[in-house]
Amino acid sequence: MNMMPFTKTALKNLFSKPATRMYPQQARKYPQRTRGHIEINIDTCILCGICSKKCPADAITVDRAGRTWSIERFGCIQCGYCVESCPKKSLSMLQDYTQPAGQKRIDTFEKPPEPPKEPVVSEQKEAEKNA
Amino acid sequence: MSTRSIVPFGPQHPVLPEPIHLDLVLEDERVVEAVPSIGFIHRGLEKLVEKKDFNEYVYVAERICGICSFMHGMGYCEAVEHVMNVEIPDRAKYLRTIWSEMSRIHSHLLWLGLLADAFGFESLFMQSWRMREKILDMFEYSTGGRVIFSVNKIGGELKDMPNDMLNSFLSMFNDMEKELKTLTKTFLGDYAVNSRLKDVGFLTKQQAHDLGTVGPFMRSSGIALDTRKLGYAAYPNIDFEPITSTVGDSYARTDVRIHEIFQSFDIIRQAVAKIPNGEVSVPVKGFPNGEYMMRVEQPRGEAVYYVKANGTKFLDRVRVRTPTFANLPGMLETLKGCQLADVPILILTIDPCISCTER
Repeated sequence: MNMMPFTKTALKNLFSKPATRMYPQQARKYPQRTRGHIEINIDTCILCGICSKKCPADAITVDRAGRTWSIERFGCIQCGYCVESCPKKSLSMLQDYTQPAGQKRIDTFEKPPEPPKEPVVSEQKEAEKNA
Repeated sequence: MSTRSIVPFGPQHPVLPEPIHLDLVLEDERVVEAVPSIGFIHRGLEKLVEKKDFNEYVYVAERICGICSFMHGMGYCEAVEHVMNVEIPDRAKYLRTIWSEMSRIHSHLLWLGLLADAFGFESLFMQSWRMREKILDMFEYSTGGRVIFSVNKIGGELKDMPNDMLNSFLSMFNDMEKELKTLTKTFLGDYAVNSRLKDVGFLTKQQAHDLGTVGPFMRSSGIALDTRKLGYAAYPNIDFEPITSTVGDSYARTDVRIHEIFQSFDIIRQAVAKIPNGEVSVPVKGFPNGEYMMRVEQPRGEAVYYVKANGTKFLDRVRVRTPTFANLPGMLETLKGCQLADVPILILTIDPCISCTER
């Protein structure tokens, strides 16, 4: 029988670098694909509301009258379904996680009011219809 | 004859990662009978199918378990794809195979760590979990999540693994295999470990069959059944045989699981060698109508997904039969006649996942 088979591993560990990081001093580098949090480019958003309908956690609220797009940061489950279904590709997934907090937070993004030009308004309506 | 006494065990116990309660009927230190009760963490995920449409439910299905989350999502997706007669691209099938096997490696390493922790071998536990950490990093690198992957969808996969990523994974697996070989010597050859595992918790082949056990728990009693052989994902194109042992004690279960990790490395190598190029998903239109029973082999054994659809976007019924649920009667059988001190290890050797069981 093999006597003390763990000795080699123990010695190797004794003389090698630790497997852990000094966390707060040495922050973790996230890989490219990490699903951290949702970011919106409100300028290209057409407030169609598809993301809020598709969200499995009901974390996204789109208010067309008030022209706002808001997300419950601690309700979002980072599944990426909204990113995938956004028709204008306004949503994107960034690597950093939402920081821990004492209270649940809702981030609201306001879309500036439309300029009163006639053709822009009709384009907007068309896009909403298509969506 | 001595008097009988009842010792409550769980739902909170240092060795149990998840809550199950057992009333152990003892004669002196010997267990005569064990009466289980579950239901501490029922979440009602099956009921949720009435609120979430069949596409959204993929994200609910993969939250049934935090360890085999990929396979829960995949099992549900495959069931709905069968209902809708969707043929997913070959590359997606291979990706599902690779991720499934990575989940199996992850789950078995986690279990090995927990086992080492249960018999008090702290540094062996650390070693196992250090290896598991590499798998989690690979998952994050390829899917974007360490526990919940969100890469399955009805009709294929959301993300592709480029070939250079697959090759880099292969070289990492080669290193892990070497590392695991040294750990195997300790798990299967160390005197102290053997004294805790050998000759306790026997389950005969007949008992394993009669009590309907599944997975490595069943295979370690000598029944060579593996749901992967039914041929979902890319498994029909992969050459492998179920790993079995005829002994049926705790040691055999450890042995089977460790060799399943090596087998998973081999399956991943085969899959990477055969993976075709192309799309990873097909567009799916319409709503499902019909029913299907899908069986997948999870790290803990066979899981069954029953899906019944009615032609609208909400499904009528989803039922998940998880492997731990099937293994509980077998576990109670192994407990009969054992010493009280062996109970934690015996419960652990079925690899219980109570969260899955209660959904």
